[in-house]
Amino acid sequence: MKLIKFLITGIVFGIVMAKSEAISWYRIQEMFRFQAFHMYGIIGVAVVMGALGVWLIKKYHIRDYSGNPIAFYPKDKSVIRYLVGGTIFGMGWALSGACPGPMVVNIGYGYFAMAIVFFFAIVGTYLYGLIKDKLPH
Amino acid sequence: MHEFITQSWSWWFSGFLISVIMFLLLYFGKSFGFSSNLRTICAAVGAGKTAKFFDFNWKGQIWNLVFLVGAILGGTISATVLRNDEPVRISKETISDLMELGIAAPESLQPSELFGFDAVFSLKGFLILSIGGLMVGFGSRYAGGCTSGHAISGLSDLQIPSLIAVVGFFAGGLIMTHILLPFIF
Repeated sequence: MKLIKFLITGIVFGIVMAKSEAISWYRIQEMFRFQAFHMYGIIGVAVVMGALGVWLIKKYHIRDYSGNPIAFYPKDKSVIRYLVGGTIFGMGWALSGACPGPMVVNIGYGYFAMAIVFFFAIVGTYLYGLIKDKLPH
Repeated sequence: MHEFITQSWSWWFSGFLISVIMFLLLYFGKSFGFSSNLRTICAAVGAGKTAKFFDFNWKGQIWNLVFLVGAILGGTISATVLRNDEPVRISKETISDLMELGIAAPESLQPSELFGFDAVFSLKGFLILSIGGLMVGFGSRYAGGCTSGHAISGLSDLQIPSLIAVVGFFAGGLIMTHILLPFIF
């Protein structure tokens, strides 16, 4: 049962997303209107803790559970794909109030309308795959 | 204790746990990036036949689909065992801004104006949900990641591409919130 640890980690993720209200459309609106610190606090603490941990992993060459060094792969250097893709993503995020993770947490919570959003997110990914070579990257 | 975990969780505790989730996945030899699942699902249902982008060994990504199933279950646990019927306590300014758009003050976690039965089965409501989803799915793959892959994993690794993507996330969010939403609602 090598996969059970991912199931449990996913359950914790779902609970954190729901209990922190990060899955709420209202919270995303509040964030994009700069009217509360809540979402910035969540992302900010995660990034500061994350950066500290990644620095320690690199400094002490920490290995994963199977003994392999934990590796980080630099993403391709570009501006256009990150900026344009990111902007399209952000518009969808503010409209539907959910990024991909929170979509499925919402479905589990009982907001079945999010299944429509999630289905079309899959369709959107498919459309990207279809026209990928015609887009500037 | 029970009340402590059923009430909504603070930003610092939640943010801390998200970094723990990222570290756990790194320790398991993987990385935290949720939107990859969208590509994996396309591949698993045979999209590789029509687009090369989906022609890869998706079975190597099953661990992330299991994580996704866990996330659904986490949502269900939050709505049952850990349930809290308090409305989301957003700021007064947000409540009055949203009222101008015709969205009432929160009564639960999500607005029924968007996710309620009547909204879903209206043309406008359906278009909002479907176009929102399309943009998230298309944009996350074009940008090479979503909030987890870029804003959390990428920024933690001090990657410039992720910083550019996050700037894009916010640019898009601000355009939608401040310019387009008044025309949509």
